[in-house]
Amino acid sequence: MADAAIELVGINKSFGAVRANRDIHLKVEPGTIHGIIGENGAGKSTLMSILYGFYQADSGEIRIGGKPAAIKTPNEAIAHGIGMVHQHFMLVENFTVLENIILGAEGAALLNRGIARARGELHRLEQEYGLEVEPDAVIEELAVGLQQRVEILKALYRGAEILILDEPTGVLTPAEADHLFLILRRLKDEGKTVILITHKLREIMAVTDNVSVMRQGQMVATRKTSETTVEELAELMVGRRVLLHVEKGEAKPGEVKLSVRNLTVKDSRGVTMVKDVSFDVRGGEIVGIAGVAGNGQSELIETIAGIRKAVSGTVMLDGRPVDVTGAADPADLRRRGLAHVPEDRHHMGLILPFEEYENSILGYHNDPEYGNGVFLDLKAVEADARDKIAKYDIRPTDPHLKTANFSGGNQQKIVLAREMEQDPGVLIVGQPTRGVDVGAIEFIHKRLIAMRDAGKAVLLVSVELDEIRSLSDRILVMFDGRIVGERGPDATEGALGLLMAGVEQKEAAE
Amino acid sequence: MSAPYAKLPAWADYGLIPLINLIVAFFVAGLVVLLVGESPFEAVQLMIKGAFGSGRGIGYTLYYATNFIFTGLAVAVAFHAGLFNIGGEGQASVAGVGVAVVCLAFDSILPWWVTFPIAVVAAAIFGAAWALIPAWLQAYRGSHIVITTIMFNFIAASLMVYLLVNVFKAPGQQAPETRTFLEGANIPSLEPLLNMLGIAARRTPLNITFFLALLAAFGVWLLIWRSRLGYEIRTMGHSPKAARYAGIGEKRIIIVTMLISAGLAGLMALNPIMGAQDRMQLGFVGGAGFVGIAVALMGRSHPVGIILAAILFGMLYQGGAEIAFEMPNITREMIVVIMGLVIFFAGALEHMFRPAVQATLASLRPSSMGLKPKPAGDA
Repeated sequence: MADAAIELVGINKSFGAVRANRDIHLKVEPGTIHGIIGENGAGKSTLMSILYGFYQADSGEIRIGGKPAAIKTPNEAIAHGIGMVHQHFMLVENFTVLENIILGAEGAALLNRGIARARGELHRLEQEYGLEVEPDAVIEELAVGLQQRVEILKALYRGAEILILDEPTGVLTPAEADHLFLILRRLKDEGKTVILITHKLREIMAVTDNVSVMRQGQMVATRKTSETTVEELAELMVGRRVLLHVEKGEAKPGEVKLSVRNLTVKDSRGVTMVKDVSFDVRGGEIVGIAGVAGNGQSELIETIAGIRKAVSGTVMLDGRPVDVTGAADPADLRRRGLAHVPEDRHHMGLILPFEEYENSILGYHNDPEYGNGVFLDLKAVEADARDKIAKYDIRPTDPHLKTANFSGGNQQKIVLAREMEQDPGVLIVGQPTRGVDVGAIEFIHKRLIAMRDAGKAVLLVSVELDEIRSLSDRILVMFDGRIVGERGPDATEGALGLLMAGVEQKEAAE
Repeated sequence: MSAPYAKLPAWADYGLIPLINLIVAFFVAGLVVLLVGESPFEAVQLMIKGAFGSGRGIGYTLYYATNFIFTGLAVAVAFHAGLFNIGGEGQASVAGVGVAVVCLAFDSILPWWVTFPIAVVAAAIFGAAWALIPAWLQAYRGSHIVITTIMFNFIAASLMVYLLVNVFKAPGQQAPETRTFLEGANIPSLEPLLNMLGIAARRTPLNITFFLALLAAFGVWLLIWRSRLGYEIRTMGHSPKAARYAGIGEKRIIIVTMLISAGLAGLMALNPIMGAQDRMQLGFVGGAGFVGIAVALMGRSHPVGIILAAILFGMLYQGGAEIAFEMPNITREMIVVIMGLVIFFAGALEHMFRPAVQATLASLRPSSMGLKPKPAGDA
């Protein structure tokens, strides 16, 4: 057998007292696609950062092609033929594709020769791997899927033999993701080695040859993908059996609780993000909004929650109008029974340096139950927080712990507890399980179903199609600021995917 | 991994790190003293003796500290809302006008214990008023508060010259200052109290404003950590997005916080004007507005820390004057250099030793870092 493309031997890495990687052994065979899965905080990113030279391991050895390699900087990683495609693209938005590709590898003081060489090389790579991109297009005008392709080209241009992709499909439509997998297989056929980091089991099953599972800083198992199942991998990730599918009964839709008509919203740059959107949400149903990130979902729910102003349109809450174009105020809407679990948990839903119990009243801090006119009754706040901690199984159970020290899943539970325990009539939920471990996902989904069954109107926005399909009673698909279709919960992923990509709309226009 | 470094326990964050910073600052300052040909050890001795060695020294140290507590609190309150109020200097000067007007108007009619509360209110209102325009510009026009408050310091300085020369100067006088206040504006000195405590103090300017400063510190603690407004201010300071989400009016918080901040800075004017000189002189603020920034940084924007840092800077002011007097090679400017070094290490280089301290502590006692292994799974 040939030497492993990459072999990690006994890698250890600690940050302070946190042991992010513990005695990691990993062997990646050349010419394969190797998946690494694990929950958030399992240590996947740390491990890849060590491999790519962002961090140094405290101990252990990296072998590339059988030979020990000291990788201290990303440049050395590149020299060893390792390329990385980051989750958040490292592209200069207002540069062209070519300019981005030669960035850092210009070759000389004057650009013309480097550009010419890159153009030729780009052409060859396109031919070889089916990675078509217009070389003179400006990055910010490209779709996200194409931007990712530029990232891959960047790595290949630098002679990468081993390509690491960190959560590459988070921003892609299902169709774009499928195309990405096609490219990855092609790369594999040409002899490249691919490491795919993800938390999506479906992708692992679809594209990898081997898969390694990380949990709490350790590499707990490596399997041949063909010899394992989604259930086994999920269990390995979490360390116990997990329910992957939500069990729920029939919806019993009641009165219309939230009604949106002809809503149009511009973002801070003046770009129209929500275009003439209308829909209703009834009590006792979950309406899911599917769509690729950045198609106006965020602006839509922020406007309904009173955080953002609409240009035009109306919103009715329990039959009474909300002044969305003028003085709508989140605090006022909360009093009217509209709770909001925001998409951006870290900056909007929580104040991470605050103690846990302080976050449990955010937005409700002026309620009479938490104090008199001027002062907060911290004892009451704390008692209330302890109550929520018990009810929502938030761990650790210390209300005085800084919120930043909670795991993603527990942070999300803090937000959910705060918003749900106010017994709202309407609940808006954005990305309820983003960055949340599998175990907590199950819990959060159950809670959302319970809200529905209690007769509340739930509006759910998520980029996870699986989540939308398993929770929603009706699915609205957003593309380019419009609602381009409504489907039932039994809609196939392919059909939704086409809608999300705006395909049907284009056909209708033609 | 989102947090490469573990959090520090409170005692290290609030005690150890400032102490290390201070030691390094004094070490470098000592090198400077050595460079000009004086003995650093002697200088330290002189400084400590000058600041705490006599009743008079203690009186002066606490008198300066009083100024710095007010201006430090002012900067800290704004910090909590994520605002950087550099305008303490100007706000305190303008507050002096309020104090002077009250004193000049009532010092012949009212007893001091009536004049003083009126002057307190006037100082706060005049100080706050000087921040109203910068606050409004920040809230409604997005003009950066740092720029506008600096500019307002310059405007205040010119305004003070104009007012003292053309309005307040007593006829026939040479110096740009008001007339000396009468009995009704003389607030009690704390000399009797120091004497009662067995500290023989003569001719020190320390006065009851010191207690007002301590009271203000307590008030700030209540405001920031116990009130609903304080909760909103801190939310804004940490995350404007979260504030918007929670329905906290950003504009309202900016303006209210700046007014409170500038009002606190304004209170500083009481100390020199009513407590020490019994008149308003040009330049009575004497840089206290800027020292307040360092005090707030060093005191971690916490009232207790601010009181301690204010006393430290009071010591540097008083003890430094003593060194300058005793050591011919060390000028008044050298003292400013030393204070600058303290500010530099305590404020600007706050994070320099943090990683090392964290790493050391983590390796010594992992449990003291508040880190427990995360529970398996989540639910």
